[in-house]
Amino acid sequence: MKLFNIINKLNFTDADEAKLHQKTSRRDMFNMMGGTAKAAAIASVPFALTMMASSKKLKAVNLAGPVEDVLNFALTLEYLESEFYIQGLDSGIIASGDQPVFMQISKHESAHVVFLANYIDSLGTTPVSKPNFDFTAGGTFNPFGDYQQFLALAQAFEDTGVRAYKGGAAGLMSNDVALTAALQIHSVEARHAAEVRRIRGLKGWITQNQRGAGMPAQTQGVYDGEENLTQGGVNVSSISSVGSDGITEAFDEPLESQAVLNIANLFIVP
Amino acid sequence: MFKQKSEELNLINGSGLVSPSRRKFLMYAGAAVVTSSVVMAGCNKDDDDDIDADTVDLGSGDTGILNYAYALEQLEAAFYAKVVAEEYSGMTASERQILNDIEKHERAHAEFFKAALGSNAIVALQVDFSSINFSNRASVLGAAKTFEDLGVSAYNGAGKLLVSADFLTLAGKIVSVEARHAAAIRSMLDSDPKSFAGDDVVDANGLDVVRTPPQVLDLAKTYLKTKVSGNNLPS
Repeated sequence: MKLFNIINKLNFTDADEAKLHQKTSRRDMFNMMGGTAKAAAIASVPFALTMMASSKKLKAVNLAGPVEDVLNFALTLEYLESEFYIQGLDSGIIASGDQPVFMQISKHESAHVVFLANYIDSLGTTPVSKPNFDFTAGGTFNPFGDYQQFLALAQAFEDTGVRAYKGGAAGLMSNDVALTAALQIHSVEARHAAEVRRIRGLKGWITQNQRGAGMPAQTQGVYDGEENLTQGGVNVSSISSVGSDGITEAFDEPLESQAVLNIANLFIVP
Repeated sequence: MFKQKSEELNLINGSGLVSPSRRKFLMYAGAAVVTSSVVMAGCNKDDDDDIDADTVDLGSGDTGILNYAYALEQLEAAFYAKVVAEEYSGMTASERQILNDIEKHERAHAEFFKAALGSNAIVALQVDFSSINFSNRASVLGAAKTFEDLGVSAYNGAGKLLVSADFLTLAGKIVSVEARHAAAIRSMLDSDPKSFAGDDVVDANGLDVVRTPPQVLDLAKTYLKTKVSGNNLPS
């Protein structure tokens, strides 16, 4: 087990080195590509993820495994959520009636960071370090000066977390402990999502691909694909007495890694 | 091996009940299971469980786990059907909307599993809701909270028992909706603003409850007339 970890780590490092020596970050490369080239590049590496290296440059890893890579990706998302709520609580922007809710959510996200970092470390792998965050996304948002914007980003982060863990679960199947823990985090993110949505006056579940009233257009990627009606090869709308809205609400969808990145990278800065 | 399965499953464009897709789905569900099979008393490891001709055996392998999920979804669907039909006194418009939505979701889950499992699906289970007072808000929402938290813990515990990555993803698609339900019900019922993800269900590591099939079935049997055996489920 230990040997495999070391081998994985070495492979990971080799791939990493190549990325680190590139003059241009992966994200910049995508931005420079035309639409077709971009689509082709994404299609050819469906599980490619971009994460912060200690150098603060972006690097790609594979969400299908090894387990350590999937967990480090999850850790990056947890850093994002954890930092967002810490700054939110510090800012004083949260309505007093909602503060117990966000203290509870913050407690969980910070616990996820510690848990994942410790677990990754126990596998003999170095946990990724905390990226630098800009929750204004370069001045686009004002979450710590406008409570509605804080709530909107909280919803986007929680609904993203739910989809990201769902997408990463299969990559953890070789490790029952990691898989079960990830599922246990996944359902906590879903509880958070439902509560934030309730505070925002929305249903706790996602109808079709609707991001919901008041959500910025930049968050639509969090909801695209949620309108899926086919599950396990069965077109559920053809066999169910429930209408299509209800069916889409009844099944949450995993999010492709690139879509997770598109959201997360808005808030990660060098 | 999983990769190959996954690719084949992706080829399915079937239309629900009509057989190609369902047969495909079942091919991946693994071991054949006899619907409502009679389990020999001699096979019973637990003397307290009277396994007899009326006992529904969930089966083995991934099929067994899917039937386990189907059993829980049947229970939830039957419960919410009664909740929306009988409406407890004092139900507000927003509560009605939430409960109507949840009823639809659980019905869709149950109908999905029935269609997907096809001839491998367990029979319709007979429920026992005699412990619930459907005209009383606290009784109904208390039971709803129990069912949703139980469902979350069951799916969380079943994930590692599945062999197929596709079924794992499928279970993931459902469990997060159960968790959304749990949070919504808890916020309706409990005065504690932290209850949606309360310390009674989320531990110090920020992890939700996880239960094994025997633990779940033991808690669920209070609400089931039909005896359900998970003795052949993977563990």
